[in-house]
Amino acid sequence: MLKVTNVYKTFNKGTVNEKKALNGINLELKSGDFVTIIGGNGAGKSTLLNSICGVFPVDSGSIVIDGEDVTRLPEHKRAKYLGRVFQDPMMGTAADMWIEENMSLALRRGKARGLKWAITNKERTQYRVMLSQLGLGLENRLSSKVGLLSGGQRQALTLLMAVMQQPKLLLLDEHTAALDPKTAETVLNLSEKFINESKLTAMMITHNMRDAIHHGNRLIMMDNGRIIYDVSGEEKKNLTVDDLLKKFADLSGSALDNDRMLLSK
Amino acid sequence: MLTFISSLPGPIAQGIIWGIMAMGVYITFRILDIADLTVDGTMGTGGVTLVVLVAGGMNVGLAMLIAFLAGCAAGLVTGLFHTKFGIPAILAGILTQLILYSVNLRITGQRSNVPLSVDRYNLILSLRNLGRAILVGAIFAAAIIAVMYWFFGTELGHSLRATGCNMNMARANGINTDTNKIIGLVLSNGLVALSGALLAQYQGFADINMGRGAIVIGLAAVIIGEVLLGKVFKNFALKLLAAVFGGIIYYIVITLVLQMGLNANDLKMLSALVVAVFLGIPYWQKKLRERKSNREVKADA
Repeated sequence: MLKVTNVYKTFNKGTVNEKKALNGINLELKSGDFVTIIGGNGAGKSTLLNSICGVFPVDSGSIVIDGEDVTRLPEHKRAKYLGRVFQDPMMGTAADMWIEENMSLALRRGKARGLKWAITNKERTQYRVMLSQLGLGLENRLSSKVGLLSGGQRQALTLLMAVMQQPKLLLLDEHTAALDPKTAETVLNLSEKFINESKLTAMMITHNMRDAIHHGNRLIMMDNGRIIYDVSGEEKKNLTVDDLLKKFADLSGSALDNDRMLLSK
Repeated sequence: MLTFISSLPGPIAQGIIWGIMAMGVYITFRILDIADLTVDGTMGTGGVTLVVLVAGGMNVGLAMLIAFLAGCAAGLVTGLFHTKFGIPAILAGILTQLILYSVNLRITGQRSNVPLSVDRYNLILSLRNLGRAILVGAIFAAAIIAVMYWFFGTELGHSLRATGCNMNMARANGINTDTNKIIGLVLSNGLVALSGALLAQYQGFADINMGRGAIVIGLAAVIIGEVLLGKVFKNFALKLLAAVFGGIIYYIVITLVLQMGLNANDLKMLSALVVAVFLGIPYWQKKLRERKSNREVKADA
């Protein structure tokens, strides 16, 4: 479903701030894989996801989604394959627009947008059904401005918008990190539910090692723009947080430096 | 007071015409979140294009259409400067505005002022007949509000609104934000040029400088409309209508202060200061709120 081959990305090349963010990444995901990604600060986790989305061009290497080489495609043209939820709950929705308007934008992802009316009554019924799955009462607030919702509600809505078109790949970039623990759990459980129900292929960055072990069928650990550990199946299920910390120290030659990750241990 | 009331139809007519311009500014300033300075040039482009074409014997309706398209072309240039040359939107607008100064002079044949007598040509409005001018202006404003209401309710219109509201979200949902910004700038400047074409007929001439400071008047109309009517006018069509009312109120106030003896040359300064203050108010309100909540936090501690 996803094939990342030899991808390199350096920011601010040739300056004192030069940062090799991706250092020859190779990664292949099978259809239905749910990969959790952990790693230290600046390991390249978000850069990897952003490269797949086309937020910036990569320096070299190739990215293939479901057989199509998207390496040179601009961000908006790749969007039809991808569902995305960002760390910042404000980033995934348009605050000044209504809930139904936001959903109608997501429903047309990857389709030509013409001069047809943006929302039909049939869609509205559909939106209500979808929103009721969130269990947040949003189904009765179709014409509320998204800016009036809480961070958790916005993130749940962003998640719904990301999955409603059945993306080839769902990318979750620490999407629960900015939420309070209870809301974070709700959103994470919803993510799991949507992924399982629609058998989505998904990648989830998290700073919570227990979540990384508990969710998905595969776990990768990144350090210095490389994938240093890739585990799946039974072996992943039997991991413990201490295993992961030890693994990190062995493989990277230093202790894990992700403060939030250690705090949430 | 009586002279003031009897002088009202003039500013109302002018206010409606500038209100149409303000709706163009609304597209860029409020929907796309871009301050587009192209309009200072586009207003004149619309005016001189219409005058030259009508004086050359063209039908007024057709001349207005061409003036509209000329404005669209100006918006396209700014849009390309901004999205394909990577120039910040404000500077892109200033560059096009400067280009238009030369272009407008070319259109007029290097004259700074071109007359258009309502006696010789079949104009659709003129300050000689204020009742008719108000009616024609109102019909145009209503038609534009209807078209814009429809457009911004379509799939494409929604994607434009998303572009202005949250570019990350727009791109993640497959929206080409560059194209949308260009479309918005094109439509906006088309409307401004159309307003210029109406203004030229109204005043009976077009002037190279007729658009100088237009952005400030457009912004003033948008902001006055929002401040005075924003609480009541929530619907998109009504928000546009508020911009038109904002234009009318602006011209009524201007007429009043002129009658009270303000030097006409100080008008632009006054307009700019009014816009600065009204743009400042929401910012100060926010600051005050933050300071207040800070104090509360301290008091709690």
